[in-house]
Amino acid sequence: MATTETKRQVEEIEPFEAAREIEGGDVVLIDTREPHEYQEAHLENGKLVPPGLLADEVAAAAPDKSARTILYCRSGNRSYKAAEQLQALGYEDVASVAGGILAWQEQGLPVISAEGLTAEQRDRYSRHTLLPEVGVDGQLKLLNAKVLLLGAGGLGAPTALYLAAAGIGTLGLVDDDVVDASNLQRQVIHNTERIGEPKTSSARKTIEALNPDVNVVEHNLRLDAGNILELIEDYDVIVDGADNFPTRYLLNDASVRLRKPVVSASILSFDGQISTFVPFEGPCYRCLYPTPPPAELAPSCSANGVLGVMAGTMGTLQANEVIKLVLGVGEPLIGRLLLYEALGTRFTELKVRRDPDCPICGENAPEIADEDLGKFPDYELFCAG
Amino acid sequence: MATVRIPPVLRQQTGGQPEVEADGSNVGEVLRALTAAHPDTESQLFGEDGDLNRYVNVYLNDEDVRVLDGLDTAVSDGDTVVILPAMAGGS
Repeated sequence: MATTETKRQVEEIEPFEAAREIEGGDVVLIDTREPHEYQEAHLENGKLVPPGLLADEVAAAAPDKSARTILYCRSGNRSYKAAEQLQALGYEDVASVAGGILAWQEQGLPVISAEGLTAEQRDRYSRHTLLPEVGVDGQLKLLNAKVLLLGAGGLGAPTALYLAAAGIGTLGLVDDDVVDASNLQRQVIHNTERIGEPKTSSARKTIEALNPDVNVVEHNLRLDAGNILELIEDYDVIVDGADNFPTRYLLNDASVRLRKPVVSASILSFDGQISTFVPFEGPCYRCLYPTPPPAELAPSCSANGVLGVMAGTMGTLQANEVIKLVLGVGEPLIGRLLLYEALGTRFTELKVRRDPDCPICGENAPEIADEDLGKFPDYELFCAG
Repeated sequence: MATVRIPPVLRQQTGGQPEVEADGSNVGEVLRALTAAHPDTESQLFGEDGDLNRYVNVYLNDEDVRVLDGLDTAVSDGDTVVILPAMAGGS
């Protein structure tokens, strides 16, 4: 190779030019600063690649070397150098924002800033905001999210704890039961002192002690066709940890009607199942299970053992699904059923397809009167719930 | 020979075994081999008409046999047949 090759100049563009290009799309935007600076304020869709990690991490952030790639930093120096480095790596269409994010802000252009978070929140959620997939804007989404948990029991307890810790702004809890000593082997949100107390109020105390940012709404009631639509309407995501089939079918029918995503798990002895139902995007609960099983195959109808820690595993998997749905990142379990078998420590994934003949979400699904939501012709014969 | 994964609610009928080996060239034959070896499973898998009960999902490896050829779905050596009834436990 000729040693006389002239070094290419880096194209510098003014913030307003960059903003116009970004607005037009098809631009990879890279923030070449340190994580704490990024956390304070960054451009929307700016991907953080700190200068020291450029060589290692740029390929993941900007896989296409022919794509328009715009870099920025605080004042324009680090991004200029990084742009030179990228050109040397073969990137063909690189530009650096002159004056960096400071000039950008001076021109009155918008940034995603930590301003929406208080100083305490910046500290509390720092391990979230450091993740590019969450960031300050993601944390604000979590703080603005409303999640309804059906059941504050074996699944609901761990799910609620992690959602509360994550800063889900509103957590609704539906349960009409009181804390029993036999719950405490797995329902870690309650404790010995609270035996006899309603589960919703016990859970509220634990959540409020864990994270004062969370607004807990207690629904000390049993779901039925008369109250479900009104109840779930205000929430963004529903978590199904119900202990009986009638409630599961009722929730399914109402959530499809209102197009609410449902993270659904169930547990028995050493085994758990989990899937995420997003109406009309993937299958619904009835596509997976068109008919509930009879009593002898539906042990929720009678007392059965369950490994406490397995409930915890499934509950935290539910919390993980909720957080991904709220953030809009990753791959939720839509169209996938994940089985967990704790004795073998084995996960199995099965495909779940939309049923074109589904009576609830199928193309020719009939209109259902409110009072008929969740109904089965002779369901009471099978299982009293 | 296929491996049949037994759900917790049927394990009492298989002597506690979570997996059973069963022979057959299609899903129906494999399940019939299972019910022959463990007769108590039969009424829970099959209705009186001989069809699979609607509340029992059966998967060949990771695919629901309802979207394949049902009980006629061909089974190869080493395949896994998963029997999966709905579970409602959450508390």
